[in-house]
Amino acid sequence: MKTFAMGGVHPEENKISTNAVIEEFPLPKTAVILMNQHLGAPATPCVEKGDKVKVGQLIGKAEAFMCANVHSPFSGTVAKIDTCKDAFGLSKPAIYINIEGDEWEETIDRTPDIKRECNLEPKEIVDKLKAMGVVGLGGATFPTHIKYSIAPDKKAEYLIINAVECEPYLTSDHRVMMEHAEEICIGVSILRKALGVPNAYIGIENNKPEPIAVMKAMAAKFEGIIVEPLKVKYPQGAEKQLINAITGRRVPSGKLPIDVGCVVSNVGTSYAVYEAIQKNKPLIENILTVTGKKLATQHNYHVRFGISYKDIIEHSMGSLPETTGKVISGGPMMGKAVSNLDGPTTKGASSVLVIDESEAVRAKESNCIRCGKCMNACPMGLEPYLFSSLVKNRRIEEAGAHNILDCIECGCCFFSCPANKPLLDEIRLGKNLYRGILMAKKK
Amino acid sequence: MKLLNVSGSPHVHSDESTKRIMWRVNLALVPSLIVAVAFFGLNALLISLISVCSCVLFQWLIEKFIMKVPSTVSDGSAVVTGLLLAFNVPATREMIWLVIIAALVAIAIGKMSFGGLGKNPFNPALVGRVFMLISFPVQMTTWPKPGENLFSLVSVPTTDATTGATPLGLIKEQMSQGRSLSDVMADPSLNLPSLGDIFLGHMGGSLGEVSAIAILIGAIYLLCRKIISWHIPVSFIGTAFVFSAILWLCDKTAFVDPVTTILTGGIMLGACFMATDMVTSPMTKTGQLIFGFGCGLLTIIIRNWGNYPEGVSFAILLMNSVTPLLNRWCKPKRFAN
Repeated sequence: MKTFAMGGVHPEENKISTNAVIEEFPLPKTAVILMNQHLGAPATPCVEKGDKVKVGQLIGKAEAFMCANVHSPFSGTVAKIDTCKDAFGLSKPAIYINIEGDEWEETIDRTPDIKRECNLEPKEIVDKLKAMGVVGLGGATFPTHIKYSIAPDKKAEYLIINAVECEPYLTSDHRVMMEHAEEICIGVSILRKALGVPNAYIGIENNKPEPIAVMKAMAAKFEGIIVEPLKVKYPQGAEKQLINAITGRRVPSGKLPIDVGCVVSNVGTSYAVYEAIQKNKPLIENILTVTGKKLATQHNYHVRFGISYKDIIEHSMGSLPETTGKVISGGPMMGKAVSNLDGPTTKGASSVLVIDESEAVRAKESNCIRCGKCMNACPMGLEPYLFSSLVKNRRIEEAGAHNILDCIECGCCFFSCPANKPLLDEIRLGKNLYRGILMAKKK
Repeated sequence: MKLLNVSGSPHVHSDESTKRIMWRVNLALVPSLIVAVAFFGLNALLISLISVCSCVLFQWLIEKFIMKVPSTVSDGSAVVTGLLLAFNVPATREMIWLVIIAALVAIAIGKMSFGGLGKNPFNPALVGRVFMLISFPVQMTTWPKPGENLFSLVSVPTTDATTGATPLGLIKEQMSQGRSLSDVMADPSLNLPSLGDIFLGHMGGSLGEVSAIAILIGAIYLLCRKIISWHIPVSFIGTAFVFSAILWLCDKTAFVDPVTTILTGGIMLGACFMATDMVTSPMTKTGQLIFGFGCGLLTIIIRNWGNYPEGVSFAILLMNSVTPLLNRWCKPKRFAN
């Protein structure tokens, strides 16, 4: 069975919310829509205080190149346009909405019928994705229309759909495949058409036999969709590792997937693409896993963006368990620890993970015993132990010469370190310092 | 309101720890200890016990009174040093107290003077052993005959029953008197052990190095637990085997055959437990192969052309000194190049 070339670990899977059917999350009273929910520049608000908005109405316009449109996930009145602290404590431009009713734009097809035909040309598909504000839902929130606008000197050969879900706990991709397999396949066909590639490969890890069976059965009804079961190994869902697992190709240092003829999109994104292209529905919601070992019930929700983490916690579990140590947005390997529960969810949010006190505190650090486990676990073939000491001694350029910028921050090094050294913290610092040095050199 | 923890990812950790690794190494040394006690009697047990206790005690004292840092003795690394040190000395009565000096040198000079576990460039147990070999050459080369004390656990022997020699020592001594190797090997008065005896460990030698089979059981356990990889043991033993085979084929009257070479002396113990010490061996597979090759080569050179009949400790210590260089030269294969 296929997998990537080197390194990797196998954390405890803990997929306890696998069987929780996707529920509709109820509307709150107020919501805050951030203007940068995507990679790149923030969108520019195009509504005024006091304006009435409908669900799906454009409220933030993409003006910069690297930007995505933002649509209102709610109907109601714009209360103010201001900044808002996001879940991680960073101040961002935002539109505050007082929610009234649930009135949708008329153009949006809300019927449950599945629409199979798509007669748009590739260029029209990309333009529509841009208009609908679709971004990658795998975590990086890269604007999808930019990814699918292939430069004339590049050629796409492979479309790869990332349904690996290698992060422990997360089950949103699992659920969406179980419940919306046909829509996903239509979305994949649309993306395949936009790129003009013969085949699309859906990579799914072998620990998900049910979605593999469902997707295989559905893919058989479509042309050019191949389901590829992969050996279970973290971080298979990392873009470069997935490309390597499926095509055997390696993205060179500092290059993009398209440089080796690949385009990778998340399975959730292909569902969003179906809704945007076939149903005229802008990207206003995502599937969010609410999970934790100590929670009485596990959930997968359809959640519209802009609802605060606090509201999600209150609705799904009443209040956080007494012994909660940490709340994570995303998976435990690459997710971010939430510091501000009042912050709103955004397009990239895939889970609310509640970690118990007993697991939330790092063990005490001791001396490096040079066991080489970090190096053997690194999927990029780097030397985390070396970065750690180079960065501590501020020998940043040496760290750069040892390819510190290749690090994908998957966390395998810190995960496997017997001395509990915070290797990834040091590497992140080193990467930032080295980027600063490179910028200064350019000037 | 209770505050939440915030930290960078990853938020989970494997159950791997230094402590677990060290205690597993200790467990892997148990088969050799059992064989040592069976062959050399209570002396072997006493030496091991005293060696371990002194190592732990010295580390605790140094951390408490000199370094003034929280004690790390519970990580089990001092126990590993203590056991390996005991395995590297002859099981004679004198060693019961001499091993305390060895433990002091191993822990104080070999390990703690550099900052403790992980910072030492040389294998502490070997530092202790080589210090003893140079300072107490007579005591360190007086070997009890195995089996004389066999199962004598009930009665403490008052004197060492007989003193023998290691096969390597005997051969070297006889050959230095001008006899040819085949002549020495055929001499029944020397009582050289048969190959079967050698494999089981029924021969003269240091406490823990005699039984290849017990060492291999421990090594296989460490391999399964992924604490060591095959690279160093295989390249060490392989190089020693091939090099000695070439010499033996060139001149069978002057060089010991390859099978006897790798099964006698400290090659097995050294290759499986001392050269594979994480702290003092290279990190990449290529580095480890070169490291093992160097150990094997140096061992055979010292055995055949050096003054000492045995060269494993010196070979490993010499290769320890080039480990930083090997780490610098041998980089892991990058994914993105």
